[in-house]
Amino acid sequence: MELQTLIYLVVGATFALYIAIAIWAKAGTTGEFYAAGRGVPPVMNGMATAADWMSAASFISMAGLIAFVGYDNSSFLMGWTGGYVLLACLLAPYLRKFGKYTVPEFIGDRFYSQSARVIAVICLIVASVTYVIGQMTGVGVTFARFLQVDAATGLYIGAAIVFVYAVLGGMKGITYTQVAQYIVLITAYTIPAIFISLNITGNFLPPLGLFSNISGTEVPLLVRLDQVVTDLGFNSYTGHHTNTLNMVLFTLSLMIGTAGLPHVIIRFFTVPKVADARWSAGWALVFIALLYLTAPAVGAMARLNVMNTVQPGPVGAEDGSLLYEERPDWFQTWEQTGLIQYEDKNGDGRIQFYNESNTDFAQMAQEEWGWQGNELNINQDILVLANPEIAQLPNWVIALVAAGGLAAALSTAAGLLLAISSAISHDLLKGMLAKNISEQGELWAARIAMTFAIVLATYLGLNPPGFAAQTVALAFGIAAASIFPALMMGIFFPRINNVGASLGMLSGLLFTVVYIFIYKGWFFLPGTNQFPDTAEYWVLGISPLSIGSIGALVNFGVAYFVSQATQEPPQEIQELVESVRVPRGAGAATDH
Amino acid sequence: MRQDNTDAVAYWSANLKLIRNILIVWVLVSFGGGILFRPLLSGIAVGGTDLGFWFAQQGSIVVFIVLIFYYAFRMNALDRKFGADE
Repeated sequence: MELQTLIYLVVGATFALYIAIAIWAKAGTTGEFYAAGRGVPPVMNGMATAADWMSAASFISMAGLIAFVGYDNSSFLMGWTGGYVLLACLLAPYLRKFGKYTVPEFIGDRFYSQSARVIAVICLIVASVTYVIGQMTGVGVTFARFLQVDAATGLYIGAAIVFVYAVLGGMKGITYTQVAQYIVLITAYTIPAIFISLNITGNFLPPLGLFSNISGTEVPLLVRLDQVVTDLGFNSYTGHHTNTLNMVLFTLSLMIGTAGLPHVIIRFFTVPKVADARWSAGWALVFIALLYLTAPAVGAMARLNVMNTVQPGPVGAEDGSLLYEERPDWFQTWEQTGLIQYEDKNGDGRIQFYNESNTDFAQMAQEEWGWQGNELNINQDILVLANPEIAQLPNWVIALVAAGGLAAALSTAAGLLLAISSAISHDLLKGMLAKNISEQGELWAARIAMTFAIVLATYLGLNPPGFAAQTVALAFGIAAASIFPALMMGIFFPRINNVGASLGMLSGLLFTVVYIFIYKGWFFLPGTNQFPDTAEYWVLGISPLSIGSIGALVNFGVAYFVSQATQEPPQEIQELVESVRVPRGAGAATDH
Repeated sequence: MRQDNTDAVAYWSANLKLIRNILIVWVLVSFGGGILFRPLLSGIAVGGTDLGFWFAQQGSIVVFIVLIFYYAFRMNALDRKFGADE
């Protein structure tokens, strides 16, 4: 069957499945809408958390970023998994015990302050909207490919589908749909990886293939890859070429951010018992690891395939580079989306793809071979989607990957939109501004809030602040600097009071957001940045993606010193902290 | 949940000790093995590269999973021991 038809079929079938589940489990009450009535068992919850959390950033974008950078982007792998350890021991069980629907609700009660709650709502919205921008980028790329339109049109279509999908559902719909989405996305991710690993190394397990020899030779994959990329002036794949401090801070920021993102935390409100919250975190990481252990293999193998495709012969030889006329089908398809661009700078009709910012190499290439600059630009976000085509896998695999990418992006966008809408309708309206609002009214407010968030994210997604995974990393930094410290201090340090926590969150958020905006543009509007976003302009070499760790430190510091200087929290708050620490009695807490 | 105060203190300090140990391992495998100590581990070859690369791209993820299940298992036992379970 023709590829395009097959893609329509597979994507259509998976969508029909999600919508059927959403309608079947349509939320009736607000309790079901926000927390699925707290009836989701740990393994199921782990799987749904995994789908909720693995977004376009993990599925579509991450392996591409690892592929084009190598070892230095390992931060994504460690950061986005290591956070679950923090979540399991520092937050999830206690927040489940507390037994409320939203993160700001906990902060408002623990710090006995409506202003703390409002600040938490603001932090949550800033982090979540940034995150949704990243998802929109991913959805846009996917739709651009499979409808064969340009990236902006892909984005509008994607936004429309996210809208229908998230606004109809609610948490209960989302939990069961997400289990289905997890299965679709993990199958779509691993099947092509297995094929490619078999092709290149003969090992059918991609994580082992990564460290195996290339089939029929004694040369390990990673040694060959290092050689192929350095021959074209790129940094070696396995080497460490960036600032070590920055890499540590970036990894830390992703870890803390994982534990501070509201749409992940509310997942643990849906399990029946406190003990289940701990198991759930473990199961979630098992299901996440299935993708995360495959991703580095996908990255390395895809990079090797790309390099071998555009440089089939020896580097520098007359006929070493690929003739543009002979470019493969996937190359042509992606050119239509504008995400692969070719410019024949030296007019030889061939594609010279090399690292032109490596001045020694570029100069040598110009003098010896007449290369006039790098001629090929590949958007890193397309790599996973293009991967099966590059490896010449059967059409149904390509169709499956398109469906998987959409599952990843949709499930996360829906979870985030739910977190945003519940913060507005439940915390701001029901909790403060309009206490007498009816359940129906609350649901409507939630849906209107979602709509606004989608429109804003789509607008900003037209000129995103980075590749999908980078934009998402910014959201993690913001969550790391604002929400995580407040939650952790709320549980572990009874002395932190209302003023300390509020000022801590505010200073962490402002510090981080301002540092990001200085390099990425104010409110992510392109062209409004003070400095170019390159390493030589960063303070101490710390990139805007990594600043969240410093922001978290600022938050902890301010909260601690301000609390010391102001009044101790009242007796009932100390008791509240003690009760949160002990699992017994959690069932009763849900009746609030 | 009115229980003996010393019990509550002992339960919480046992929890904190467990968390501390887990976080030490967490730091050692990721920031240690994967980044900072990579030059020290460069002599140990793993499939075409070195141990640090393996920790950064694979090893730490596997250890994280073990850590969480270990924590859940130990904490649930502590809950029962101190009568804090549901």
